[in-house]
Amino acid sequence: MIYFDNVSKLYGDGRSAALHEVTFQIAPKEFVSIVGHSGAGKTTLLKMIIAEDRPSSGQVYFESLDIHKIPRSRLPQYRRKIGTVFQDFKLLPGKTAYENIAFAMEANGRSDEEIAENVPQALALVDLDDKAWNFPNELSGGEKQRVAIARAIVNQPDIIVADEPTGNLDPIATYEVVQILKKINDLGTTVIMTTHNKGVIDELGRRVITMDEGRIVRDDESGKYVL
Amino acid sequence: MITGIRRVVRAGFVGFWRNAYVSLASIFVMTVALFVIGATMFIEQLLTSSLSSLQSKVDINVYFVPEAPPEEIDAIRDAIESLPDVAQVTYLSREDALQRYRDRYQNNEIAMQALDELGENPLGATIAIQARETSQYENIARFLEEQRERSAAETPVIDEINYARNKESIDTLTSIIDAVERASFTAMVVLLVAAVLISFNTIRLAIYTSREEIGIMRLVGASNTFIRGPFMLQGVMYGLISGVLALFILYPILVWLGPRTEFYFELNLFTYFIDNFSYFFVTLVGIGIAIGFVSSTLAVARYLRV
Repeated sequence: MIYFDNVSKLYGDGRSAALHEVTFQIAPKEFVSIVGHSGAGKTTLLKMIIAEDRPSSGQVYFESLDIHKIPRSRLPQYRRKIGTVFQDFKLLPGKTAYENIAFAMEANGRSDEEIAENVPQALALVDLDDKAWNFPNELSGGEKQRVAIARAIVNQPDIIVADEPTGNLDPIATYEVVQILKKINDLGTTVIMTTHNKGVIDELGRRVITMDEGRIVRDDESGKYVL
Repeated sequence: MITGIRRVVRAGFVGFWRNAYVSLASIFVMTVALFVIGATMFIEQLLTSSLSSLQSKVDINVYFVPEAPPEEIDAIRDAIESLPDVAQVTYLSREDALQRYRDRYQNNEIAMQALDELGENPLGATIAIQARETSQYENIARFLEEQRERSAAETPVIDEINYARNKESIDTLTSIIDAVERASFTAMVVLLVAAVLISFNTIRLAIYTSREEIGIMRLVGASNTFIRGPFMLQGVMYGLISGVLALFILYPILVWLGPRTEFYFELNLFTYFIDNFSYFFVTLVGIGIAIGFVSSTLAVARYLRV
């Protein structure tokens, strides 16, 4: 489904490399965790998938599509196939929880009926029915992240890309968020997640890719957190 | 398509309302800018009208000798009227001149006695000439001098041309008009540019505060039009509201100023404002909307790049 072919990303005059000849692939319905120290290249890897960043060399494919050959005007359509979740939530501060989720559907050109039906469902899935009309600054970190996940899944994307989704959360909120991601994966959506959290990885028992200095140093089918 | 437009419009209004503080700041700055533009327009109008009323007070007078034959006077008058620089020619016949003299000095016995003693009309006909531009008096005067020299060779017809006497004040007025027009034009351009730049920067700052939101919208898969639309609409709303507000502020000021400008400049600014209201409305609101639209479009474009 996602295929990295010999991808390198160089910064500055080429002396520092965020990614170094990375090659791997992700199959549909997988739950893949990417672990590594800060600066190992995890976030750069995810940015390649959502076309936020371009490789210096090599190609990234989504199915048979070369992501970085998509013309700029077609990028929004491509991004609608991917749901994104970030460490800092990235919710629109001027919109309520409901509106944040509805916005992703509006941007997708979905009808009002669909929005009225799907947004409450997504809120129910992350157990936030009662906070629908709260603004982000009225929600706790865990609640914000659950809104962000609801927004990511509401368009039924093929993949969820989560960059350190539990990085800012306490253990209980972390547990909840991981359970939700697991549930989403069980429902058939591919999940790619980066994390620092040993407990999360060990609890999941799914595929783990370990990165160090821009290279993949380990790729285990049901891995443990080893650094 | 319709749903998209409806969503953009709704997002524009909601954004306008929820960012009330930012909206208010932008509207305030734009109102001041548009007020300055409006005030400049009135000052310009005041200058133009007072200069033209000054200009209309300047003229050249040709005094004919009393014995001048009417047909020669007519010939000279026709020649003057056919000059391209001449705006208006006023002819005062001998009889009219006498009547005017009598009217003016009717309470002055000595003057009336002197007139009666003469027994005949001692006054000659006069022609008053107004040029289109004060700078053209020189040419007209030169033409008149030629006429005088030509007539002097036979029997003198023209007694006096008062250009030489008025020359200095005409020259001064010409240079003042030039200087004022140049200065007011420069001031207007500077003010306009400043007003446009200040409004532009304010709107850019307002959108700068939303730059992260724009990034998030892109990540969620919103198209550029969908992101840009509400901001453009808000820019237009800022411009519209500011334009109307500026007119509202100008109104009481002009009510107060109207009678005063009428007294000093022979132009009632308030009446002028009311008579040309649609012009001021279209200009101020139009400039406001244009600035709002262009600045928000440019500002968002900055944050839409991948």
